[in-house]
Amino acid sequence: MAEQILMKGNEAIAHAAIRCGCDGYFGYPITPQSEVMETLMDEQPWETTGMVVLQAESETSSINMLYGGASCGKKVMTSSSSPGLSLMCEGLSYLAGAELPCLVVNVVRGGPGLGTIQPGQGDYFQACKGGGHGDYKMIVLAPSSAQEMYDFVDLGFELAFKYRNPAMILADGVVGQMMEKVELRPMKPRWTNEEIIKKMPWATTGKTSDRKQNVITSLALDAAVHERLNHTLIEKYKKMEDEDVRFESIQCEDAEHVIVAYGCMSRICESTIEMARKEGIKLGLLRPITLFPFPTKEIDRMVPQLKSMMSVELSTGQMLEDVKLAVNGRLPVNFFGRLGGIVPSPEEVFEAFKKSINK
Amino acid sequence: MDVKDIIKPENRVYSKSPVLTSTIMHYCPGCSHGTVHKLIAEVIEEMGIQEETIGISPVGCAVFAYNYIDIDWQQAAHGRAPALATATKRLHPEKYVFTYQGDGDLASIGTAEIMHACNRGENIVVIFINNAIYGMTGGQMAPTTLIGMKTATSPYGRDPKLHGQPLKITNLIAQLDGTCYVTRQSVQTAAAARKTKRAIKKAFENSALGKGTSFVEVVSTCNSGWKLSPVKANEWMVENMFPEYPIGDLKDR
Amino acid sequence: MALRGAIVVDTEKCKGCSVCVVNCPTETIALSKEVNSKGYNYAFMASPESCTGCTNCATVCPDTCITVYRIKV
Repeated sequence: MAEQILMKGNEAIAHAAIRCGCDGYFGYPITPQSEVMETLMDEQPWETTGMVVLQAESETSSINMLYGGASCGKKVMTSSSSPGLSLMCEGLSYLAGAELPCLVVNVVRGGPGLGTIQPGQGDYFQACKGGGHGDYKMIVLAPSSAQEMYDFVDLGFELAFKYRNPAMILADGVVGQMMEKVELRPMKPRWTNEEIIKKMPWATTGKTSDRKQNVITSLALDAAVHERLNHTLIEKYKKMEDEDVRFESIQCEDAEHVIVAYGCMSRICESTIEMARKEGIKLGLLRPITLFPFPTKEIDRMVPQLKSMMSVELSTGQMLEDVKLAVNGRLPVNFFGRLGGIVPSPEEVFEAFKKSINK
Repeated sequence: MDVKDIIKPENRVYSKSPVLTSTIMHYCPGCSHGTVHKLIAEVIEEMGIQEETIGISPVGCAVFAYNYIDIDWQQAAHGRAPALATATKRLHPEKYVFTYQGDGDLASIGTAEIMHACNRGENIVVIFINNAIYGMTGGQMAPTTLIGMKTATSPYGRDPKLHGQPLKITNLIAQLDGTCYVTRQSVQTAAAARKTKRAIKKAFENSALGKGTSFVEVVSTCNSGWKLSPVKANEWMVENMFPEYPIGDLKDR
Repeated sequence: MALRGAIVVDTEKCKGCSVCVVNCPTETIALSKEVNSKGYNYAFMASPESCTGCTNCATVCPDTCITVYRIKV
């Protein structure tokens, strides 16, 4: 039996980073995710795996430290919460433009502005539709448990390096703060510099006489070159949609209605499904694990058997738009959400669902 | 003696460093950037560290520094070069890492990044080109623009009531315990350029010794922005910039 | 014993900024009347006999287009 430890989702992120061969963490404190850096500083991984941990002067700086570290072909990550992510959007655009792999964790709180330190899911658009300037996408993973917080660190790095693109773990304050049993996976060693040179021939590892200089940049003033760069990115995002959509279907096989929910809301909606089933309502749950790429094809596949869908969020209807795009007018798509850090009960969701199908 | 008897390989005493590429620089005629690029390349060549050096280029005229110095480069977002350099050096402690930044990049939008990198004493080299103007964007006011100096955004001259005072950021940097070497140099004469080269070399040597951040300001010209000929710009710099930004070491320990 | 020098200017790279001209201690260098393909009046040795090969011109040249030679005579 593998080792299981009771820990917060945020702490799981930190332990996973050390154990999956992460080279560097650069962060700035913000509620509700400060335990990530606190745990790392407490663990002192620089004494064991050699992982660098640094508290930066701002989120702007920490995301740019990722740009520097990622340019060297290193596995680098940061974590923050909503207002901090807004500051990072500039850097994320540059990282995507320069095709650099890195992992960014957003433990979302309520916004806009300083908002609240309570949980939220209002950064869906920011994560999935860009946030920074220009045409770019990130791989967005939505964990719903402390175990997934742990496992998505390694998965996030794997996908980031597969595509040379930033990957994001879009968690929420509930998943970050709740304590659950977490199984620690076997230790993975950090890549050696020799392995990095071999795996990432594009990285700035020092120009040796056997190759041309490596330049990491997102700048392309030549119109044709710049358009080509954008097309390269588009092809990459298309490949993500073809190969790396992840989701979980719960009781969808015979469902007539399906709730779409991610993160902490999917956990709550699981109970809602049970309630509905007891009353004889054939309700299923689709939990997108990747918010980008979104499980559009899965929704498309389900539509013929369904009477309605409902997006349930801790936001004002952001994922709702992606569900509607996938449904493309063929079904009623309803919505239920709470804000301000108010996490609805399964009963409240069930009441809202019943109202939506009886209106 | 005929000139062709002198021009022989064995008599060559100065030629382009192989660390410089043969690409023709995009800089305006007489621009200090070219001279400073050359000095950096010569230091890298003399120290034999071409394979160990990683440069971080800024946003501004020097964004294309990577086209001219034949090493690995990272091109940073505006002002963020010290953050890139911090991570690069910490993840590659055996490398020589330097940022190359202008006054807008370093002393305006990137003030937080440069202050904190220097305060942490990152073992990096910072080359700071201060020509008191935004060159790339077309001659707007910089944080280091002199009082009374006319720019595109201070067309009646910099007025401290409207625009604030010129920022002597190098003096602030020298106060930080993380810095080991802070100097202000220039490249308008051969003697000045040679001193600047010695300063750059010392800065690179410091970073190998782990002494902290070395910061080399080069008081420079932007003859296009200043609307002067290259020679006149150098004269104007000596007359007007040097009193505000005096040449010499601010700190060496 | 005296020093004799000579410079070779990469005339295509030269932008005619004149910084070498004013830095030459022996007034060897001037700008040519001819222009290169970019239209710049490039630097050249106007009085070759006075060059000492001191390298000042090459040291201040922003475009690194001057190679310097020197011999003892």
